[in-house]
Amino acid sequence: MKSEMITQEAVPWPREACRSNGKLSHALRRQTQDPLWVRLVLISLTVLLMGVLVVIPLIHVFYEALRDGLVTYGRYILADPDTRHSIVLTLIVAPIAVLCNVLFGLAAAWLVARFRFPGRTLLVAMIDIPLSVSPVVAGLSFVLLFGMQGFFGPSLRAMGIDILFTVPALIIATTFVTLPYVARELIPLMETLGPDEELAALSLGANGWQIFWRVTLPNIQWGLLYGIILCNARAMGEFGAVSVVSGRIPGETMTMPLQVELLFQDYNSPAAFALASVLTLLAVITLILKVYLEGRHHLRRPPPAWGASPTTPQEKINGTAGGTLP
Amino acid sequence: MSISVQNLTKRFGTFVALDNVSLVCPTGQLLALLGPSGSGKTTLLRIIAGLEIPDSGAVYYHDDEITSRSARDRNVGFVFQHYALFRHMTVYDNVAFGLRVRKVPERQVRERVMELLRLVRLEEKAQHYPSELSGGQKQRIALIRALAPDPKVLLLDEPFGALDAKVRAELRLWLRRFHDEFQVTTIFVTHDQEEAFEVADRVVIMNHGRIEQEGTPLEVFEHPATAFVMDFLGNVNKLPVRVEGGKALLGETGSVELPARVFGTSENGRIDAYIRPHELDISRNPDSSNCLTGKIVHLNPAGSVVKVRVLAEDFGLMLNVDLTPERYRALALKSGETVFIIPKAAKVFEPDYSI
Repeated sequence: MKSEMITQEAVPWPREACRSNGKLSHALRRQTQDPLWVRLVLISLTVLLMGVLVVIPLIHVFYEALRDGLVTYGRYILADPDTRHSIVLTLIVAPIAVLCNVLFGLAAAWLVARFRFPGRTLLVAMIDIPLSVSPVVAGLSFVLLFGMQGFFGPSLRAMGIDILFTVPALIIATTFVTLPYVARELIPLMETLGPDEELAALSLGANGWQIFWRVTLPNIQWGLLYGIILCNARAMGEFGAVSVVSGRIPGETMTMPLQVELLFQDYNSPAAFALASVLTLLAVITLILKVYLEGRHHLRRPPPAWGASPTTPQEKINGTAGGTLP
Repeated sequence: MSISVQNLTKRFGTFVALDNVSLVCPTGQLLALLGPSGSGKTTLLRIIAGLEIPDSGAVYYHDDEITSRSARDRNVGFVFQHYALFRHMTVYDNVAFGLRVRKVPERQVRERVMELLRLVRLEEKAQHYPSELSGGQKQRIALIRALAPDPKVLLLDEPFGALDAKVRAELRLWLRRFHDEFQVTTIFVTHDQEEAFEVADRVVIMNHGRIEQEGTPLEVFEHPATAFVMDFLGNVNKLPVRVEGGKALLGETGSVELPARVFGTSENGRIDAYIRPHELDISRNPDSSNCLTGKIVHLNPAGSVVKVRVLAEDFGLMLNVDLTPERYRALALKSGETVFIIPKAAKVFEPDYSI
């Protein structure tokens, strides 16, 4: 519509033509847009839901946390060694889980996108299992696996290794729950990109590492970063699976979400809200990072229409291929 | 460096892409693999490049068997159908890639890349990204990227397939001149016979994973070895005939004898005779007994030859006839007229004698 308006202003057409054109565009708009009331209902529904479910609770968390002033807020977070430990623990567990997932995601995406083998569809379906299984169930299955009556438990115990109720258990549970995020981001991306650039690099004499670092990774870097961010957000907030395998040992296996719940159960809601606000803040920072990266990604991409046209103005000036060469 | 392949077979599931194919491409030659889609030509090219592994058979570069050697170590330049330029690298970095992975000093890389960019007249595009180039420009960059590490063999997969007709015709001539200058053994894949004939020293025609015929463009066109080659090389009239006592006879009663060389007798039957449109002449008088009567259905005098479509009702055949403009003017043909068609040559591929 807008460009049509500009054309109308720029070209000195007779008034009559202008008016009929205006009527036409108005009619078109009426035909292609939904009635006003539909738009109003949809907009207000969205705003209402977003407000009640997202915005108000978010503001409330920070309001409750900061109600007694910044000094008290700081004390709530930093004075209690268990709370301090939970923050540190989350900042250790989440990055390790993310790292595991990056390695798994890259390997799985490479396998699924580049090779055809029996069971490929099954593998793709299995990557999604952690999304559909309740985290509590996942946690319980790890208890059964690594517990004293479990499959690996006795033999690991014999070797002097304890998994359950330790930090490794938290990492395993978090990795399981966040398993699909990186892989699901990369598989469609690598399938769209196709193997040609990698094969071109191979035929030009590049070895596996060179192909990965110089061709594959630059092509998937934004998808990978996006997956990492989503994975990280989920890893920091994970509660169910972690709750089951941690054994809830204060100062040892309590991550931030577990500590928030513990404080809340102890009727220490100011402290619970203070810690919750830290967790929320981390999530918001992640979100801002994501939006920033998306923006940069779009900026880096040259406009597609430009490349798609068969002859650019430059080519017309140069004359085409055959004529210009020796 | 010469390339040869021996007894290559490749299956994809139940589909046989290559069926016992052997081929030699001498040093410095420009060879075209020509065939319809699914004929195995691209698979053959990819096996030569090392991008595909044959089920059986061997590939030789010069005298070295390199069947199991990685594409990385074969020192081939491969140009992909859709260019496969590295989209996140500038044109300069694309061309430099093959040199940099070989740890060539950056100063030499610079010299070589700029030399090649000058050669294709794209120096000013050095810092542009592939998405900012036109199809023809991308194709030229893909070609010099493949040539940068000085390969002994250049392989091109449908190099002009994605370009529009005009750019395509120009790049064809350019590739030929390019090859004459570099003298690197080159194999390219195409489904366009005109392209193959115009560019290549030798043409290999493939069908159903097998080589139907190979030879110079002239040999292949003048002496097609099989019915498939005759048909594939385009625009040919197909006439059902009976072969009897060394004669190719058209029609139920055998009223017209075609001037084809035949040896045997076709068992109870029918076989196809092929006549190119320029091998048919039109006459106003039944000069000889061996002519068909037909009605002119369509005339297209626009072009270097005049294309005439004639319906021979007695035989239920629609024939394409090419006349020179002079002949057309002399005859003063009109649409709807009844004329006589005289076959000047015909070809029959007898199953027993097609060795």
